[in-house]
Amino acid sequence: MSTPQTINVTIEEVIPDKRDKSSIADYIGPVVVFLVFIGFWYLLSTVVLPEQKRFLLPTPHKVIKEGFMVWQSGERRGFQPILLSLWDSAKIALLGLGITIVIGMSLAILMSSSRWLERATWPYLVAVQSAPVLALTPLIRALIDGTQTQRLLVVVLIAIFPIVSNTLFGLLSADKSQHELFTLQGASKWTRLVKLQFPAALPNIFVGLRISAGLAVIGAVVGDFYFRQGGVVGIGAQIDVYRNRLWGPELITAIILASTLGLVVFLFFGWVSRRAIGKWHIINRGH
Amino acid sequence: MSETRTSPSALLSFENVSMTFDDGTKALDNVSLSINAGELVTVVGPSGCGKSTLLRIASNLEANTGGICNIDRNSIGYVFQDATLMPWRTVARNVELIAELHKLPKAERNQLSKEAIELVGLSGFEDKYPRQLSGGMRMRASLARSLVMKPKVFLFDEPFGALDEITRERLNDELLRLFQHEGFAGLFITHSITEAVYMSTKVLVMSARPGKIIAEFDVPFSYPRNHDLRYEPEFGELCGKISHALRGAHE
Repeated sequence: MSTPQTINVTIEEVIPDKRDKSSIADYIGPVVVFLVFIGFWYLLSTVVLPEQKRFLLPTPHKVIKEGFMVWQSGERRGFQPILLSLWDSAKIALLGLGITIVIGMSLAILMSSSRWLERATWPYLVAVQSAPVLALTPLIRALIDGTQTQRLLVVVLIAIFPIVSNTLFGLLSADKSQHELFTLQGASKWTRLVKLQFPAALPNIFVGLRISAGLAVIGAVVGDFYFRQGGVVGIGAQIDVYRNRLWGPELITAIILASTLGLVVFLFFGWVSRRAIGKWHIINRGH
Repeated sequence: MSETRTSPSALLSFENVSMTFDDGTKALDNVSLSINAGELVTVVGPSGCGKSTLLRIASNLEANTGGICNIDRNSIGYVFQDATLMPWRTVARNVELIAELHKLPKAERNQLSKEAIELVGLSGFEDKYPRQLSGGMRMRASLARSLVMKPKVFLFDEPFGALDEITRERLNDELLRLFQHEGFAGLFITHSITEAVYMSTKVLVMSARPGKIIAEFDVPFSYPRNHDLRYEPEFGELCGKISHALRGAHE
């Protein structure tokens, strides 16, 4: 029996870490696009729109002065009521997103384990994805009690598809030989799911999360439109009021804040994704 | 009818193994072979002749349709064509995967994985992710992963086929060193004749589909082998004979 010996040969060079390094250009881009956007906005509200329709799109400085800078004037006007209703919608969007993630991922896991179930479920998921929620509102109202529950249901209906489809795609993406490695060790279905399929699915799951997060905000705003009651109302209901009363600056302010909420949630999941899988997941940009 | 090559002490033996797939394709026809501890047997043959099917039957990834395959399935090391590392695990965590699947306690897993990493010369790279490694290093990590449970039988499915010549030769040497150190029985699939002769105690040549063993060559060179062996006349002569048999296999 030979003595154990450590093999000491020159190791092939470790492949240098070529990740995307952030540079000043990464920040210039968004700034330039922002300036172009503001310019375009001025162009629309001062040149393109006919004089008598300009109240529909007040200029940026008017929006800042009358939408953002007025704290409160009257019951529903001003920045404070808009913030309150934004918070109300944000709660619905986040809670709804949480429910969507739990239901969506569970469904994807079930679908990944049975081809039969996958085939049986797909058409209905696609149908839910394309069904106009607007048309379903009377039914939802008839079937479910409570504004909050109704709003949450709308969020789930609108946001669930990307979570299911991306998670399922990810769970089925592990290599055949990786699966065989687990088969050779007699791994159980559960072990395979936890140690192989789920980690392999993470990049896709995060893509789904980011899309669904944005959709959850849309879902919350849409839900506000149709399901509301007294007291603090969601941002969607607020937008509806401003629209009806032609309060341009407040309308635009509310829209900007709703979009910002979507952006924040999107960025948050991007950040979580980088934290969770950035170390091993490679992004190939082709150059 | 070929003579029975099965011996009672064999760690892996095939007795008249045949394999017909569901679609009617006949992959293997009456294959018999046996491998003892300390033997490294290589199978060469045309692409698609069923070489890999031998390994899949030995490891029970496929069930043979005829004949008998004897092997202790609890003690198999399987090295795939590609490294099949989990990209989300570091080298150390990849190497301990099989021990983890066998539910070994963490401390023991760490110890075994550390030893295996040392054995393949990857010390210092424990915390790297697969994407940070070259192809050769990934293959080393893959080897280390199979070594952890100290299997008695090793099945190699063209493990170095995708590597460049120099890396391949270097890994050949390391695998031989591991082979001598661990004393396992090995069944090695390759389509490189030089690799086959350099590595093994015996080379089997398989025919085109349905695969059967049409020639068998004992390799007389003693271990440890030195890479200069590849340029010895006897080595070249043996390679020539095998190449000749392979040409026959293609017909």
